Amino acid sequence: MTYKVTEEGNVSTVFLNGEIDMDVTEKAKEVILPLVESGKEVHLNLKDVSYMDSSGISVLIESHQKALENNTKVIVKEVSKSVLKVIMMAKLEQILNLE
Amino acid sequence: MNIEESKDFLVSTASLKEVRVFSREVFEKLKLEQDLKDELVLAIAEAAQNIVKHGYKDVENTTDRMQIKISMKDSELEIGFFDKGKAVVPGNVQHRKLDDIKPGGLGTFFIKQIMDAAVFKKDEKGWVNHLVLTKKIN
Repeated sequence: MTYKVTEEGNVSTVFLNGEIDMDVTEKAKEVILPLVESGKEVHLNLKDVSYMDSSGISVLIESHQKALENNTKVIVKEVSKSVLKVIMMAKLEQILNLE
Repeated sequence: MNIEESKDFLVSTASLKEVRVFSREVFEKLKLEQDLKDELVLAIAEAAQNIVKHGYKDVENTTDRMQIKISMKDSELEIGFFDKGKAVVPGNVQHRKLDDIKPGGLGTFFIKQIMDAAVFKKDEKGWVNHLVLTKKIN
């Protein structure tokens, strides 16, 4: 997994790339959670994520919940087809902010 | 097409990518449709992850290996997982309730969604755990 972060005003966009499994979830959390905890609105762009397992889904849930705690929000954007399928299998499409 | 292929992997999160590569290669030979391949790879990766995460919980840098065997015979796909981690009590293997939104606990749910059956069998070859996932392929 690789990533890129861009900033524009109060919005941080994290572009994730590659496969997200248990081996990289700590790295993903280290990138995303501090941004959320700083109170910024965080956009997670998943268009280049080709695979995500339950560990990756856990990162999305944790980010979403952390955002609620910090009165901000995480928006999951441009979700790839394969990742959307996993999100829907977990019945999270109504819970996460998907765009 | 009938097939039987097995491979062993170091019990480590770093092996999960290798597990997926092996699975995709086997399913490529079976010429399964892409959506089905993706689902099966996810089920296999989740089961392998469970071995690393739960079977070897609190064990660091093990040199143990786990084995995955994929076989297809008469349209019945069978995937075997063999490991020497902590013995699994099948009754304790449960996924969280879906409306209890929290990180974790989804791997077993995915496996059950994707596969027809997931059964722990008694192993006769010296492994501690032997999980068998099956699915009828039309």
